[in-house]
Amino acid sequence: MKRTHILVCTGTGCASAGSFQTRDALLAELAKRGLSEELDVVETGCMGRCDLGPVSMIHPDGTFYKNVKTAEIPQLVEEHFLKGRRYEKLLPTDPETQHLVKTQADFTFFNRQLRIVRDNCGVINPEKIEEYIARDGYLALGKALTQMTPEEVIAEIEESGLRGRGGAGFPTGRKWGLMRKAPLHPKYVVCNADEGDPGAFMNRSVLEGDPHSVIEGMAIGAYAMGAHQGYVYIRAEYGLAVKRLHIAIEQAYRLGLLGKNLFETGFDFDLEVRIGAGAFVCGEETALMRSVEGRRGQPSPRPPFPAQRGLWEKPTNINNVETWATIRPILLKGAEWFASIGTENTKGTKVFCLAGKINNTGVAELPFGTTLRQMIYEVGGGIPNGKKLKAIQTGGPSGGVIPEQFLDTPVEYETLQKLGSIMGSGGMVVVDEDSCMVDFARFFMEFCCDESCGKCPPCRVGTRQMLLILERICRGEGEPEDIAKLEELADMVKSASLCGLGQTAPNPVLTTLKYFRDEYEAHIREKRCPACACRELVHFEIDVPLCKGCSLCARACPVQTIERLGDQKKFIIHQEKCIHCGACFDVCKFDAVKKTSPGIPVPA
Amino acid sequence: MNLDELKKLKEKAQRQVALREGHKKYRVVFSMGTSGIAAGARDVMTTMLDEIDKRGLDDVEVAITGEIGLVDVEPIIRIEEAGGEQVTYAKVNAADARKIVTEHLEKGKVVEGLAVGKAKK
Repeated sequence: MKRTHILVCTGTGCASAGSFQTRDALLAELAKRGLSEELDVVETGCMGRCDLGPVSMIHPDGTFYKNVKTAEIPQLVEEHFLKGRRYEKLLPTDPETQHLVKTQADFTFFNRQLRIVRDNCGVINPEKIEEYIARDGYLALGKALTQMTPEEVIAEIEESGLRGRGGAGFPTGRKWGLMRKAPLHPKYVVCNADEGDPGAFMNRSVLEGDPHSVIEGMAIGAYAMGAHQGYVYIRAEYGLAVKRLHIAIEQAYRLGLLGKNLFETGFDFDLEVRIGAGAFVCGEETALMRSVEGRRGQPSPRPPFPAQRGLWEKPTNINNVETWATIRPILLKGAEWFASIGTENTKGTKVFCLAGKINNTGVAELPFGTTLRQMIYEVGGGIPNGKKLKAIQTGGPSGGVIPEQFLDTPVEYETLQKLGSIMGSGGMVVVDEDSCMVDFARFFMEFCCDESCGKCPPCRVGTRQMLLILERICRGEGEPEDIAKLEELADMVKSASLCGLGQTAPNPVLTTLKYFRDEYEAHIREKRCPACACRELVHFEIDVPLCKGCSLCARACPVQTIERLGDQKKFIIHQEKCIHCGACFDVCKFDAVKKTSPGIPVPA
Repeated sequence: MNLDELKKLKEKAQRQVALREGHKKYRVVFSMGTSGIAAGARDVMTTMLDEIDKRGLDDVEVAITGEIGLVDVEPIIRIEEAGGEQVTYAKVNAADARKIVTEHLEKGKVVEGLAVGKAKK
């Protein structure tokens, strides 16, 4: 027996902060001190606090450590594992209470969450099927196969109120029912793991942390819908998720939990991984299916819907990673339990990614109906550096921005739609007062323009034209009619594009125009960026009385345009050579470099 | 694999992760300050972990703490029962440790000869 398990997060976030090195250093240090017999080091999936990585969780005492870098290991081992006291240097501070957080349970970020989908993430080693089985793994599949008819499984899912987590929120039970009735055979089930929104990584965290939950959900779905072959479509960039998925599938085959005659019921199910090249459009289901078939990932008009004619013209059901991972808990705990969580219209929980200007960056699972305010200020710990919140971008490049006045909106599919945005995959990018909304819209338009597959002109040409206008406005070359042009183009792209990518691409522009029109106007009419973010429109100047003459700015300036003011110990910026890079502003320790966007006065 | 085999596998596997589930019935705390270590507390603890493992006791966690203050009667261990008694044993050797596991942790009987103090928590 081991007295302590040291869980080291090896999700991609922490891995990029060096958690594999941390693990090796820990193992070496424990061996050196003769503690290997008493302590176990366990690699887990994502714990949710990517910004504090590498993070580590100690059981049974529940201590949560942040920034566990290799240099800290000797000290940490000595304090916590040899002497038995917490190593305070690595304890996180709760942004809400400003106290050191001793255990995970005391941490606002964790204790406000309700973990259903991510219940195993950060607790089990995702590369060991035994640990998944220890936490009721594959019991739901066993139950479905041996005790339920396919119709009963579908009825249970329908009753639970589960809606597709990929973004559209279509009732999963109904989708499965349609597929079951499809007359053609064979049928296929597909997992859409082509998560491509900037600022969304919840699917990755589930696949890296608990791949078996997705496999089990797919096997249950296949049984319910009459499919015997499944595919997980995942992007190649998700290297660790792909690796763990392969390991998980292989282990499931080894134990007879995939393959022929599952649970001795005669039901066969095979599962394969298909790796995508990372095109955003392949998250769209018709394009995804073409890519699975090995063809070019381009969308096609619907109908026919995948449930009628999908992969190789056969009925196909595509669900998102999170939807598949939610099947297991519903079957284990019952539809009634699941339906008791969430709101009237939307049941259960959603995994959200908190990113952008927020203190607690990471992955958090919350029930539907949680307000944006709770999400940002309680779970997310608020905005760093005392800045003011400006807006929240939900749903990635297909979504829109929601301004501060709607912070008390409970989050579910319909409420976000009403505000002009969408739930999407659940990415929440927080924007503070230092961000320019025109530039923000430009960023997402650039993304969509890059990712447009080029099949239909409204999307291919329309997004390009919109991007050109937005770039012009950000440079201060906007013309008065640009706003009307943008609106017209947005309308055209939205209504005439073939697939979801084009149909939603104008959303960021439309919502910023709706809620932050004054910023567009300031750029166009006054050539001024209210947030002082658009490079061409900002002006840097040194406030001479505040200047201490330390010369940091002059040394940071890449074009040597900051020079001593005569023989004084002060500096000034020669404007003619200034490239507005902001290097001087960033290095000044005395706030003597002033950033403004004066613009030009509007002619009366 | 059938359902019964899966359930059997689950029971076996549960012991691997039991430590992460929290809220155990017994918490065994070793005084692991300099004097405890010098008196052999670490060996006693390893023996105890081994015995707990052998007997398959899931509802126990083992922790360490610093100096308790009774240097001459080390190794000292304290057994805390969730919502119940707290018993302290002193001058525990490896054989005693095994006895404490079989009597106290498995059967719930305090080893009277070794216990030096009891307190309601």
